[in-house]
This record gives sequence, structure tokens and C-alpha cells, in this order.
Amino acid sequence: MALNLDKVGAAYPTLTYEVGREKIREFADAVGDPNPVYRDAEAARALGHADVVAPPTFAVVVTRGPQKVVFDDPELGLDFSRVVHGDQKFLLHRPITAGDVLSVVATVDSARTVAGNEILAIRSDVSGADGEPVATVRATLVVRAETEG
Amino acid sequence: MASPVAGADVAVGTELPPGSFVVTRADLVRYAGASGDFNVIHWNQRVAQSVGLPDVIAHGMLTMALAARVVTDWVVDPAAVLEYSARFTRPVPVPDDDVGATLDVSAKVTERLDDRRARIELTATCGGDKVLGMARVLVQLS
Repeated sequence: MALNLDKVGAAYPTLTYEVGREKIREFADAVGDPNPVYRDAEAARALGHADVVAPPTFAVVVTRGPQKVVFDDPELGLDFSRVVHGDQKFLLHRPITAGDVLSVVATVDSARTVAGNEILAIRSDVSGADGEPVATVRATLVVRAETEG
Repeated sequence: MASPVAGADVAVGTELPPGSFVVTRADLVRYAGASGDFNVIHWNQRVAQSVGLPDVIAHGMLTMALAARVVTDWVVDPAAVLEYSARFTRPVPVPDDDVGATLDVSAKVTERLDDRRARIELTATCGGDKVLGMARVLVQLS
């Protein structure tokens, strides 16, 4: 199945993500990180933050919804069972903290075929309530070729 | 935000304290729930093997999160991480037992940049195989 190249650069809807203390704690638990700045607002304030801070890779949670809109787009033609993650890049323009109301939009940056595998690059732009950039998240997905026989 | 670690004290070649992290099937289920990544290759051995993988594999993002610990523990304030990128060069197969897979992570300062920033290169291995490539973190020191 081929990816639909017309979807490169296509506009997908902007979604809102409200960052909650308990979600940050749940994520920190899931990655086994006991750091108090992910749980205790006082510990975070001692480092100059307004509230508990999200771990560096928490942006994957924030960008999941808009990415899923892309993955599930029937016109894109992505076979998710064959997808493996190729690479990932986070540009964190400012820390994500509990209480943030973020706007997130995902875009297909490129789609190409290399050695039978399809490579899809997705960019998610995260911005704050005042429109300032918060994070830019880039992911490359590899759609593994069908195995023979 | 800047790390309390003073930039003046950090030279190229500085090695960070390494870390070792165990990943079990239960950890994959917990990460799937917390992250919202329910891709079946991270919990269903039948489907994972049907698409040519050796076993259920860890979420690349879980591997990346674990590897970042070596840096965030060192910089004290995790918000000092300005950039973080990695390639998933090999899967981390997680067996259906109580032992799981072990990720070993080391890190070294490879570059000093202006504005008291430093670039750190991570090495993450599982069973001796490098599972992350070009794993780099840019941090803001004080």
C-alpha cells in the first residue's frame, strides 16, 4: 500500500491539550523517574517553575492526539501495524508545566520510499495560550515492507 | 530554564554518571497507557512476529525517556533540556518473563556552545547492541 503524497503539507486540525499535574505524574511513573519536580509543585517552584514540570519526552503525550488524526486519516493510507519508529527530535522552546493550555497541530513533512520501506516524517508544533512556541516535535515513521510469501 | 550545574565547570569529555534501566512487559503496558501509544507491536507477540520483529519491542519513546534520565538527573532541573533527538537503530525486544530487557546508558559532554550550553552524546545499549543512534541532548547550564 502506498502513502498518498498529496497529504504532504496538508492542513490537519489544531487540537487543544490541557496539561494536568496528575498526567505528568502518571507519565513520570511510567518511565520510572522518581524526580520530585514531576510531582511536587514546591520542588518545581524551588527551581523557578510555576508548577510541576513535564519530563523532556512528555511532548509525545501532548502531540499524540493530533498525530493520531494524521495516522487515522484514511486518505493517507498508513498501515499502522507495520509502523516502527525511525527517529525522534524534540526542540523544547520552554518547559511544559502543569496548567499549560497548549495548541497542537501535526503536519506531514515528507513521505518517501527507501528500499521498499515507506518513510513518513511528521512534525508537530506546540504553542502556548499566548501563541508563543513551546515545542517542535519531529518523528520519522518507517512503514516496513510486506514480508514475502 | 537553566541547570544549577555551572557551565564553567563542565568541559568537553566530562562523563555523566551512567544508568541501567530494566524494562518488562508490565512496563510496556504502563507506558502504553500513560503515553497513549497502543501500537500492537508493543504488547502483542503474535502481531509483532507477524510483521517480522523478534518479539514484542519497547516503545522507542520509552527507551528515549529512560536514556534521558542520565542527563536529567545530572542537570538537576529537567527543564534545562533544550533539545533531544535520537534514531532508533535497533529494536529493544522485551521477553515475556519477569526479567525483561536491560538498557545501559552512558553519556558524555561532546561540545560546549555559547550561552553556557552543552551538547551531550548518549550511548544506549541492550545486550551489547546499540539501540539509539545519534542520541544527543542540548542542555542549558548556568
